[in-house]
Parts: sequence; C-alpha cells; structure tokens
Amino acid sequence: MSEAVTLRAPAFRREPGKLWIVPPAALLALLFFYPLVLIARQAFLDDRGVANVAEVIRVLHSRFFLNALINTVSISVAATAGCLVVGLVLALILAFVPFPGSGFIARLIDTFIALPTFLVTLAFTFLYGSAGMLNAGLMETFSLPLPPVDFLYSAWGVILAEVTVYTPFILRPLLAAFSLVDRGQIEAASVLGARPFRIVRQVILPAAIPALIAGGSLCLLLTVNEFGIVLFIGAKGVITLPLLIYGKAIQESAYQVACIIAVVNIALSLGLFGLYRFAAGRLGA
Amino acid sequence: MSAAAFTGTSVMDIDAAKVRGAGSNVHFDKVSVAYGAHVVLHPLTLDIAPGEILAMIGPSGSGKTTALRAVAGFVRPASGRIRIGATDVTDLPPYERGLGMVVQNYALFPHMRVEDNVAFGLRAQGADKALIGERIKDALGTVGMSAYARRYPRELSGGQQQRVAIARALAVRPRVLLLDEPLSALDAQIRRNMVEEIARLHRSLPGLTILYVTHDQTEALTLADKIAIMRDGRVCSHGPTTELYRRPPNRFTAEFLGRANLLPVTVAEAVGPKGFATARHGDALLTGAGRNEKAGDKSLLCIRPQHLSLTADSDHTNRIVGTLQEVHWQGELTHLVLDVDGTPVRVSATRLPIALPEPGAKVPLFFAPADTSLLPEDAGV
Ligand SMILES: Nc1ncnc2c1ncn2[C@@H]1O[C@H](COP(=O)(O)OP(=O)(O)OP(=O)(O)O)[C@@H](O)[C@H]1O
Ligand SMILES: [Mg+2]
Repeated sequence: MSEAVTLRAPAFRREPGKLWIVPPAALLALLFFYPLVLIARQAFLDDRGVANVAEVIRVLHSRFFLNALINTVSISVAATAGCLVVGLVLALILAFVPFPGSGFIARLIDTFIALPTFLVTLAFTFLYGSAGMLNAGLMETFSLPLPPVDFLYSAWGVILAEVTVYTPFILRPLLAAFSLVDRGQIEAASVLGARPFRIVRQVILPAAIPALIAGGSLCLLLTVNEFGIVLFIGAKGVITLPLLIYGKAIQESAYQVACIIAVVNIALSLGLFGLYRFAAGRLGA
Repeated sequence: MSAAAFTGTSVMDIDAAKVRGAGSNVHFDKVSVAYGAHVVLHPLTLDIAPGEILAMIGPSGSGKTTALRAVAGFVRPASGRIRIGATDVTDLPPYERGLGMVVQNYALFPHMRVEDNVAFGLRAQGADKALIGERIKDALGTVGMSAYARRYPRELSGGQQQRVAIARALAVRPRVLLLDEPLSALDAQIRRNMVEEIARLHRSLPGLTILYVTHDQTEALTLADKIAIMRDGRVCSHGPTTELYRRPPNRFTAEFLGRANLLPVTVAEAVGPKGFATARHGDALLTGAGRNEKAGDKSLLCIRPQHLSLTADSDHTNRIVGTLQEVHWQGELTHLVLDVDGTPVRVSATRLPIALPEPGAKVPLFFAPADTSLLPEDAGV
C-alpha cells in the first residue's frame, strides 16, 4: 500500500509550480553552499592537498587564534550591549517623549543604515583621532604638547564606532515594538501611581523583549563579522577573527589556517543567526 | 431605580464624609483646554461632591474625555484650576493624584496575571506584601473575579477584563474613580449587568466619588446622582438626575436625556403658587409645570412619550388630539407616532386598547400636568 503511494506520488508532484525551486536552489548551491563546502574541506587539507587534522588542533589551540576569538567575542558583546543601551534610550525618547521633529530624527537615524560602515570610522578619525578636532581643540585650549585623547586606536575605538554604526539596527525593531504598546496601559500605570522609570521597566520593556532579543542578536551577528571598522581603525593588537582570516589568507597565504578560522567564524555566525531568527519569529517578523 | 436610591444626597454626603474624610470632592474651577488654537473645553466650573456619581454625557466630540483627562492629569488646562479634596492637583503629575481610572479598552497589562495587574498600583506605591495580598483578594472579590486571579488578560472575556480593570483601579483605594465609557466595548446584555454591578459596587463603597463619562443616557440615568450634559465643550445643563430628567432646563437636555415631545405653546396664565401655568396649543388649553413663565411667553411643553395615554382618567387632565401615522410594536413597548398640528408626537405604551386605531385616525391623547415641564423656546445653549 505504501508502495503504491510512493510510486504514484512523483506523477502528482510534477506540477509546474514546484519546478521553480530549481533555479534559486542551484544558484544558492553554486554561490553559497559550494564555497562553504570548499572552505570546510580546505580546513582539513594542508597547502599540498594532503589531509592534516593535526594542523586543525594546532590552530585551535594557538595563541593568535584564541586571542582573536576573545577579541571578537568581547568587542562584539560590548558593542552590542552599547547598542542596546543607546538604542533603548533613543527609542524611548523618540517614541514616548513628544517633541517636534521626532519623526525626522528617527528617519535620519534610519538612513545611517544605508551608509558604508567605514565612513563612520573615517569621521571618527577626524573627530577623535590624534590630529582630530577634539585633540586639536584640547591641545590649543590647554596648550598641551601631546594629544590627550587616545582611545580611538584601541578596542574602545572599535566598540564606539560599532555602537554608532549598529545602534539603528536596534532602534528600528524597538520603535516598531513601542508603536504597538497601548498608550492606555501607560496611562493606567501612571494613574495607579507608577513613576516613569517603573512604567518603562514593567509596562514598556516586557512588550519590547522580543525586539531587544532580535535587534541584539542581529547586532552580535554583524559585529562578530565586522571587518571594515576594525581594519580602518587599525588599532595595534586588536585582531578579530575576520581580520585574522584576511591576514592569514591574503598576507601570509596560509590557506588552511585561514579556512580553519573561517569555519569557526561561520559556525559562530550561524549560531547567532539562529538566535536572531528565533527571536524575530517570536516578534512576528 | 438605583438612581432613586442615590438621590437622597444629604444622607450620602454624611456617609461619604465619615468614610473618606470628605477629601474626595472634585472641583473644576474655570478649567479650559485648547489644542493649539482649537478650544475644546470652555471655562468649566463644576463640583462633584464626595461619594457622588456624576455622569458626564453628551455627543461625540463634546469634550467629555478631555474633562476627565484633565482630572487624571493627561491634559493640561490652558487656564483654571482643578482641586481634589483640599489639594490643588493642576500641577501634579498623574502618579501623584491618587486616582483610579478605567477606560473603554480595559488597558490591562497583557504580560501580567490578573492578580499582578490588580497589585500593580499597590506595588508602585510601595505597599507591603501582606496588605497587597489582602487588597487583591478584596478587589477581585468585589468584582466577582476571585477565581481568575492566576489567569492572563488574554484568557478572559471582555466583560471579565473590564471587571479586572475596575478591580485594579479599586485596589489602590482611590479618592476618585474616573470611568471613561467603561462599558462601550461590551455587548448590550453584559452592559446592562455591568451597570447594575457598578451601582452595587458604589453602594458598598459609598464614599467613592465617581466621574462617569458616557454617551449612553441609560447608563447615566441608572447610575448617576447628578448628570452634566456637555455640548461643544460647555456644560449645557447640570443637576440631580431625576430633576434633570423631569424638568430639563433647555431643549438640548430634554432631547438628549431620554426622548421628549416638545409642543410649542403660548403661556396663557403665569405660573401660580403651586408651580403650574396654563398654556395654549392651538385650541387646547393645557396645564404644565413651569418656572417663571409669564402670560404671552412662547414656550415648549415637554412631555415624555411614556407619559402620554390613549385613555383619560382623573390625573390625565390635559388633552390634545393627533393624527395617527405609524405604529411600531416592540414587544415590551408599542410606539405610536402621531401628528399634532404639525408637531410629531411619540407615544410609548405598555398597554393599548384592544382595538387599535388605524393610521390616519384622529386620536385623543391625555397626560397629567405633573408629568410635564415648560421650557423656554429659545433656550439656546
Ligand atoms: N490630542 C488632541 N489633539 C487635538 N484635538 C483633540 C485631541 N484630543 C481631542 N481633541 C478634540 O477635542 C474635542 C473633544 O474631544 P473629546 O475626546 O473630549 O470628546 P468626547 O466628548 O470624549 O467624544 P466621544 O464621545 O467621541 O469620546 C474633539 O473635537 C477632538 O477632536
Ligand atoms: Mg471620549
């Protein structure tokens, strides 16, 4: 009986609509999965094409890899935390404090998403760099011999730039979530004696948790893979996984090492992406 | 009927003073509100006594919600002061006013259980745990929702959600309860029950002052001690419920509060010592309750549809004749529409003669002088 079903099934499945899966699937396989498989394969082969698992273990235990992993995760977590805090405060102000032009500001921040990430870094150099406006101003005002502000060429500079670039990614889902919060609930809470801080904590935030998780995991994902900002800031000793992959592959031509690190980077990204999809799903996006 | 129970206001006031220390009256002192150049509340002066239910009714856009939100603190008056008890609250934020508020769409906190919704205000005010537990039980008991404490709002019906909203407002023991169309989202049957429950609730909390905004005159008539009728941002009449219904001071009030037949008349004999005047409508000489009408005044004689009878008796001494135009049978009531010298007159009757006249027939109508009220024809508002 089950045989009959399986035999007849293909005949019924041959509807024209179903064939449309072939072109995108083929394209995806060619452009995405095939390179992915190549990278994964390359991770286990040395540069002469011979299987070399010992190298995998060596790289995963190496100082440079572990440093880069720690840098990547800590910068990414710090930048995401920064984005969440700044995004939350901005979103609360934009959504709940009525001031003229709030819509314009929201749209302006939105357009930030359209700009290339290194642009902000470049602007930062002009502002906070050793010859930037801030340092020049301070040096002139207090007649200092050396630029006093020197955070830009460190992990802090990277984090600050990433917070600036990626906060809109938190702001967007938050504003969407806040626009759905019933003003009546806020007013009811207020009449019952709740001050603004309590209302934010107990009425507004619970409604925004899916948005925070979705925005936060998107931020983690983007900052883990951030390349342009880290490269542009060029802080000494701030090497992240993408930068390490670049260095190993392009500068040292150590392809197996690059691929091993890339596989770790990809796994990290996919994990974060899963988290993002899960949260976005709960948000109904 | 509960309105009748509440009209003994002097007794109420004493009770209220005992229970709440007379600190719960609401006083609007020339309060005006404008959005930009658009004035939506003209200087309003109004008093709600401690323990009183004041129903504010009026057409859509007449400023009822605006007045209520000014008390709550969400609308800032352009001028005037608002006092609750001895406190001038005009400059206080909502969370310092000590009020309860219930609105049409309940506005329960969706991620909190019923008990946490009810406890919200107490927690915000820093009450201790034992007191909170006690008040949750009390408040949910009062609205008959004790069995639902562990549910989430989405697991309740509309009527149940509204009960929880009322319990949440009562749990903080507010001085004044603000209700803005609290029953509008419910269907007719539940609405009737809830009106009776709110009346019962107020009997158990006699000191609670209630500002009840509605556009439903039945709710207002059932619940309110006093009614304020709003029109275009002004109070067009204000008074004890039965008084306002029986002796509407102007045409708008007569027509907004219940149905009214308004017969144009000319006063023939000024108001006498017993408060009655005689007035002429065509050939008919009618007696009606008046205020200070003088002979020759143009006036309107207000007669409620249920006070017109097809049969004469010793009380129903006034008689007019109309041409029957329509008959609408509605089960409990039958509505007749007649034409009396060009004025449409509506009769609502519970019993009718067995042989009902045909449309087109001349029908005499009888009514008692005590059931009428003379009001000035041009009483613009
Ligand atoms: N935020 C606002 N901005 C501008 N105008 C407003 C605002 N809120 C209310 N109004 C205007 O104020 C007037 C009174 O509104 P209000 O809500 O008090 O009416 P209402 O009597 O409660 O009516 P309804 O029975 O429809 O609820 C209306 O003309 C309305 O358009
Ligand atoms: Mg309203």
